[in-house]
Amino acid sequence: MLGRTANGVFWMGRFLERAENTSRLIEAGFRMALTRDLVTSQEEWRSVVATVGHTKQYELYNATYTGIQVWNFLLRDRHNPGSVLAMIEGARTAARAVRTALTREVWEAVNESWMVIREALARPVREASLGQVLGIIRRQAMLVRGAIDGSMLRSENFNFFRIGTFIERGDNTARILDVKYYVLLPSLAWVGSRLDNVQWESVLRSVSGERAYRWLNAGSIDPKGIAEFLLLDQRFPRSLNFCLDNLRSNLASLAHQYGHEISAHEVLRGVSSRFHESSIETIFEAGLHQFIQSFIAQNRQVAQAIEHDYRFYA
Amino acid sequence: MAESAPCFDEMLSADGSVRGAYSDYSDWYHRQDPGLMRRKGQEAETFFRKTGITFNVYGDDAGEERLLPFDMIPRIISAGEWRKVVRGIEQRVRALNAFLHDIYHRQEIIRAGRVPESLISKNAAFLPQMMGMIPPGGVYTHIVGIDLVRTGPDEFMVLEDNARTPSGVSYMLENRETMMAMFPELFTAMDVRPVQDYPRRLAESLAACAPSCAGSKTDGRPVVAVLTPGIYNSAYFEHAFLADQMGAELVEGSDLRVVDGRVAMRTTRGFEPIDVLYRRVDDDYLDPLTFNPTSRLGVPGIMDIYRAGKITIANAPGTGIADDKAIYSFMPEIVEFYTGEKPLLANVPTWRCSEPDSLAYVLDNLAELVVKEVHGSGGYGMLIGPTSSRKEITAFAAKLRARPDNYIAQPTLALSTVPILAKSGLAPRHVDLRPFVLVSPDGIQITPGGLTRVALKQGSLVVNSSQGGGTKDTWVLQD
Repeated sequence: MLGRTANGVFWMGRFLERAENTSRLIEAGFRMALTRDLVTSQEEWRSVVATVGHTKQYELYNATYTGIQVWNFLLRDRHNPGSVLAMIEGARTAARAVRTALTREVWEAVNESWMVIREALARPVREASLGQVLGIIRRQAMLVRGAIDGSMLRSENFNFFRIGTFIERGDNTARILDVKYYVLLPSLAWVGSRLDNVQWESVLRSVSGERAYRWLNAGSIDPKGIAEFLLLDQRFPRSLNFCLDNLRSNLASLAHQYGHEISAHEVLRGVSSRFHESSIETIFEAGLHQFIQSFIAQNRQVAQAIEHDYRFYA
Repeated sequence: MAESAPCFDEMLSADGSVRGAYSDYSDWYHRQDPGLMRRKGQEAETFFRKTGITFNVYGDDAGEERLLPFDMIPRIISAGEWRKVVRGIEQRVRALNAFLHDIYHRQEIIRAGRVPESLISKNAAFLPQMMGMIPPGGVYTHIVGIDLVRTGPDEFMVLEDNARTPSGVSYMLENRETMMAMFPELFTAMDVRPVQDYPRRLAESLAACAPSCAGSKTDGRPVVAVLTPGIYNSAYFEHAFLADQMGAELVEGSDLRVVDGRVAMRTTRGFEPIDVLYRRVDDDYLDPLTFNPTSRLGVPGIMDIYRAGKITIANAPGTGIADDKAIYSFMPEIVEFYTGEKPLLANVPTWRCSEPDSLAYVLDNLAELVVKEVHGSGGYGMLIGPTSSRKEITAFAAKLRARPDNYIAQPTLALSTVPILAKSGLAPRHVDLRPFVLVSPDGIQITPGGLTRVALKQGSLVVNSSQGGGTKDTWVLQD
């Protein structure tokens, strides 16, 4: 497999994942805004922009954090290089460049998603149509994932796609938790205090975890429990631990096919063992923010090692 | 002229009766509901968009992708007609390869005075780097597209030889897929010769031309790769399609490098040598160390490896000398010189504007002639006298006087017509045909059919996709 092709498949996975996560963040923010007063909802939207890491870019063009400004910025603003539209275009361009590495079903799903989402985002999105637009994005993302799952050979191509997906997903979940905790829980002393349940629910919503969490915890909302769920629960498909497990198994599969490991395998073993040795108590003791920041850095390190050692670039 | 001059219609004879090859199809067509046929046409367009069968048009916004319009009425050729075409193409392709070998070796044809020396030595398509070199397998043009036009029942003429990197074969294949998906019953009822095995034959044909060092790491199976300029190239879809269908890697210049005396591609496991490179990049961009030094589409040093016999490049560099429009006018002599036979397929009469007498004639008769650039392609930069305004003709005459050797002229041909499905039903439109030919040491293979291009505008003679032409599925019937 060409290094450039591995790169294309990897980034196709990352772009698609980011597009989907961004739309889910907007969904959570929107729901929050519907139930809160204007001031709180502005804060919520501010944290949504902070989560995707585009505060600077946003504030260059916007003075306030109203919902309609934020979701249009995140969905389709040409000043936002990480907009859903840019991600879908990026995914489609990547897919087009590596067409021979994809099945026809996958290519058609990506191409169709691009056509449908581009159409849906052709004009500014009004409040009345936001739900519908977000629904389209979610459905298209599932369509692509389904096509990949159902039609692609479990070979290098598939592994690189999955690696891209889980690197991106781990990064996104970590950011959500980090920003939210920073906003909602400035110090350890706050753990266990009465907090705004609606805001915590929005954290769960932005990772589609509210139902699973409620089911597991019989409906009680508790910040430590939520952090544990998002960090350590290996059953939840957006938790860091779940992402790490999948990253590890896909990387292991590459090592098996190629007959040797790369430096990313070693880095990942370090991260994983730290996760397996940690409990939510020890994480809180050492500092959640530090824990997450070090995860994000190591996650990035794994990605860079993969790009380098599998010769993504000339 | 096209409106008034009598054109040969391939479906209907002058008295309105249906010709033999079309009789089964015509019976079927007249049993169909016209509204349903139109809906199927729209279905086809959605299908093409979804599958991403698009081409980019130069001069438009970068990345703008368009559909090649597809017409649902097949163009049908009888077994007998096709046999003659095949014999003519084989002869011509044999002559093209012999000509290329000769030009890059002893140049007997020039010594014999049959082709002027200046036409070769002053031609940008002639590559001195190829002198004395025998490509692996002795083949120069692995893939050829011979553009044919038809002017009568038995009159197929060669309009152009494409000996560099002929494109369009993916449309031939997708058109057939589309037709089979839309009208399966037609293929059950009629004996249409298949075209689907083209990618397999291409792969075999390329593998048969592999250099002797091939397959050293792959149990003897040659490693074939398709070299594309990238996703913004107008034919990118085709490059990806062919690589996919052949199970070959689709590579770009940035993927390749010379490693240990071989051209190798950068894979996730390291550099792996390539045996056969089906390149869709022009000669000039192939090797920045040998040709255009600014090229980033090629591979620095590939020509050295090629000359050392360690890679096959298909088509061979320098084959453009054989499909140049000025050389074209010498093709009857070329065919005769190398095969010792009279050409089976006629050339279109051609005036070389480089010759003073011809230039004078062409200037006097511009309103009746088609004038083309010698090195042009894609229908750009040409004049079609009969459909041009007086002002356009005057402007073109000035260009012609300034650089006569840049042009050839041909009579405006009464191209045959085949019906398309227009709003009002069947309507005749002008067509040409590009059959695809594969050459290997094992022989010459011609896919039955090819790409029929059709001018969608009434009366128009320009079939190029870049100028608003479309395509049709082309059927060759079994005996």
